[in-house]
This record gives sequence, C-alpha cells and structure tokens, in this order.
Amino acid sequence: MTINKNQDGSKLEIALEGRLDTMTAPALEEEVKSSIEGIKELVFDLKDLVYVSSAGLRVLLSAQKTMNKQGSMTIKNANEEVMEIFEVTGFIDILNIEE
Amino acid sequence: MRELNIEALIENLDQVLAFVDEEIDKLECSVKIRTQIDIAVEELFVNIAHYAYNPETGPATVRVEVEKDPPAISITFIDHGIPYDPLAKADPDITLSADEREIGGLGIFMVKKSMDSIDYEYKDGQNILHIRKLI
Repeated sequence: MTINKNQDGSKLEIALEGRLDTMTAPALEEEVKSSIEGIKELVFDLKDLVYVSSAGLRVLLSAQKTMNKQGSMTIKNANEEVMEIFEVTGFIDILNIEE
Repeated sequence: MRELNIEALIENLDQVLAFVDEEIDKLECSVKIRTQIDIAVEELFVNIAHYAYNPETGPATVRVEVEKDPPAISITFIDHGIPYDPLAKADPDITLSADEREIGGLGIFMVKKSMDSIDYEYKDGQNILHIRKLI
C-alpha cells in the first residue's frame, strides 16, 4: 500500500493506494498518529484503494474518534468493493462518506 | 482439493492469499466475490496467527476445494491451538456511533456476512473452521 499525504495548514489529505490489510494497517496507523495533532480537517482519498479488511477499518474508526474531538473527517472516492464493506459493517453510518 | 501447511504467522498471510487466489482464479469469479473471499481468508488466518498458539507459534492448514455444480469454493482452516470458537462471540452492535463503537470483533462479523456458510468444530485436538462461498 502507498500512503500519500498532502497537508495545507490544518487540513490533511491522505490518499491510499493498494490494500489496507493486516500487513499494511500499522503503517497507516503510524502516519495518522504522527500527523493528526492540530489537524481540523482530515480527508481520506480512497480512489486507488482496492481492499480493506478489519485491521484497516480499525485505523479508520480510530481516526474518526480522534477527529470527532478536534474537527472533521471525510472519506471520498471509495470504490464499490470498499463501499460494500462500509455498508456491511455499519461504517457507512459512522464515517462521513462523500458520494 | 489442495492443501497448504504453513506456520501461523501474519508474515505468511500473503502466501496464504496467493495460494487461495490461485484456486479462485480457476473459476469465473467477480471482483466482489474474490475480494470477499480474500477478506475472509485474511480474517480467519490472522485470528489463528494471533490467538491459537499465543505466545508461541504453531502450524496451520488451509484446505481449498473448488466445487463445480453449483460453482462454489470451500475453504477449511485447521490449527492445533487452544480450543476457540470464533462463532460463539456476539456480533458487534453496528448501530452504535463512532465514539461508542469498540475496536474489535469486526473481522469475524464480516466473514459471517459475506460467506454462504461458516461452521466450526473442535475435534481430535483441532480447531476446524470451514467456510463456503457460492460463486
């Protein structure tokens, strides 16, 4: 998985490419942890993300919990397979997903 | 029927997925179903790697059977670790808000939702977990 970060003041956009799974989720968790301080607006661009397992969902949930305290978080460009996972797990109701 | 015997370590996940995907690719299978099977395999193998022999490690067997009529894939995971029935755990409450949601229990829930059948038995000192998905 490739993680691309783009920060503009207190806005941070993280674009993910590839598979967010047991092996790659820890790297994303580290990235989020090290850069979330002071961020008011966090955006995940999932355009090129093809797969997400529960390990990845945990990182997204944890980021959402942090952002609920300090600003907002948005998910954009999730593909059909990833959206399906958000639906099955009820994440569609707890994440702010841009259609 | 093909079988892979491998040390239950998360580092071996990619090898397990490659083994299963090779079988899936013999069938005409949509991206959606392939993804669902991959997720199920990941969740179940990682569970074994994390819990079966904790804090030691041990072996796991992954057995894949391709069925023709109706087209389906059947996967069995076997370990000799501590008896553990992942199906006995209550499903997470997916109606809770982000702040109330707990981190955990999601993996097996995703497997239950996406597979056509899932069953568990403990027999002869082995955890045997079987999933089946119609293609």
